[in-house]
Amino acid sequence: MSWGFLRDLLSGVNKYSTGIGRIWIAVVFIFRLLVYIAAAENIWKYEHDEFECNIKQPGCENVCFDHFFPVSHIRLWALQLIMVSTPSLLVVFHVAYRENREKHHNQKLYKSPAELDGGLLCTYLISLILKTGFEIVFLVLFYKLYNGFKVPRLVKCDIRPCPNTVDCYISKPTEKMIFLYFLVATSCLCIVLNLSEFSYLIFKYSIKCYLKRYIKKRQ
Amino acid sequence: MDWGALHTILGGVNKHSTSIGKIWLTVLFIFRIMILVVAAERVWGDEQDDFICNTLQPGCKNVCYDHFFPISHIRLWALQLIFVSTPALLVAMHVAYRRHEKKRQFRKGDQKCEYKDIEEIRKQRFRIEGSLWWTYTSSIFFRLVFEAVFMYAFYFMYDGFRMPRLMKCNAWPCPNTVDCFVSRPTEKTVFTIFMIAVSSICILLNVAELCYLLTKFFLKRSKKAGNPKHHPNHENKEETKQNEMNELISDSCQNTVTGFSN
Repeated sequence: MSWGFLRDLLSGVNKYSTGIGRIWIAVVFIFRLLVYIAAAENIWKYEHDEFECNIKQPGCENVCFDHFFPVSHIRLWALQLIMVSTPSLLVVFHVAYRENREKHHNQKLYKSPAELDGGLLCTYLISLILKTGFEIVFLVLFYKLYNGFKVPRLVKCDIRPCPNTVDCYISKPTEKMIFLYFLVATSCLCIVLNLSEFSYLIFKYSIKCYLKRYIKKRQ
Repeated sequence: MDWGALHTILGGVNKHSTSIGKIWLTVLFIFRIMILVVAAERVWGDEQDDFICNTLQPGCKNVCYDHFFPISHIRLWALQLIFVSTPALLVAMHVAYRRHEKKRQFRKGDQKCEYKDIEEIRKQRFRIEGSLWWTYTSSIFFRLVFEAVFMYAFYFMYDGFRMPRLMKCNAWPCPNTVDCFVSRPTEKTVFTIFMIAVSSICILLNVAELCYLLTKFFLKRSKKAGNPKHHPNHENKEETKQNEMNELISDSCQNTVTGFSN
């Protein structure tokens, strides 16, 4: 069980997405998942070992590391990727439900089970809202937990058992900061894509509804 | 999810590329991605552990390492490879869009249908002309831009392509100017030069491909300008044969489509 599962899931969703949805999937695959696995994971690999405090007191380093990194950046990043990809499952389930219904009743109930109309459109829009919501929640979480997206070189720590205020040095702060900014940029891009897809679908279907009503009135 | 997935995606683009494009893809996968994964990652694997400064001052090593390596070579290469591979996706998306349109036409039972079945649409190789030419050419252009930007970033960040053995550091909290020693400098220099050389080869291949496409485009245009009206009686034998074949195929296609709807 690894990221391959997420890849398969997203490939499955690709079939039922709009054009903008497919661009979103490509951005998530290439600029978030691949960058995470190929580059980011290794930067944070030894973060605890390389976190150094100017003190010999046993336990001080552990306590300070835990205080400044309640949840590591890289774990938050992984959680964000998983949570943001999951709402697409709603669409997959709904299509499977439709196909199941057709099989059960042994007749064609829908023009095409994967066609975005009626209930499936609502599910799709809800999944877009959830995706955007999760992105924003995680960005806010990052911001609040780490006081912005900066990674300082030096942090001062005075928690027991550290005897006084002690200097602690974070490893590779610049590299971590660069990749954090990259994460924020791709998150924002994904939010923009989700919002445009949402507006596009609302616009398209309201025009469709309006035209239908107009034609009915004329008749 | 790893470089293998990228290989699958880009492999699909391979079918629709020019010969130079195919060579570029091979160079990318064998001499860059494979070397990165199999060799370079090991060389840089222990870079901070074995980066040693001549001081016992805690924190000095961390700070000096961060000062001299704001972003590690290996990460820069990984980013470069990802960015350089991405424009090929534009071509993949365009091809997928065209296929989708053809499938739609086929399903509607269009008169212009030239295919026996959906499998043939899936396996068809599109020629690089029309809007696909523009997509393909812009993807090559973006590739060139990304390669150049990353090579410049490399040169700028590391003051050239050599990895020095010794660096002198006096960032706080290092008490004075301290000697810091990089691990495996020669091996890293060798790999850096190798990656830069292969990058340059890729740039040359992209430039050659761009020139080839532009030359082809202008030659075609001048031919069209030279023959303003295509005289119907001047169709050569090959075109007549092709037209006959197309008629036969569209006839049998119509039969297949009526067969489907019955």
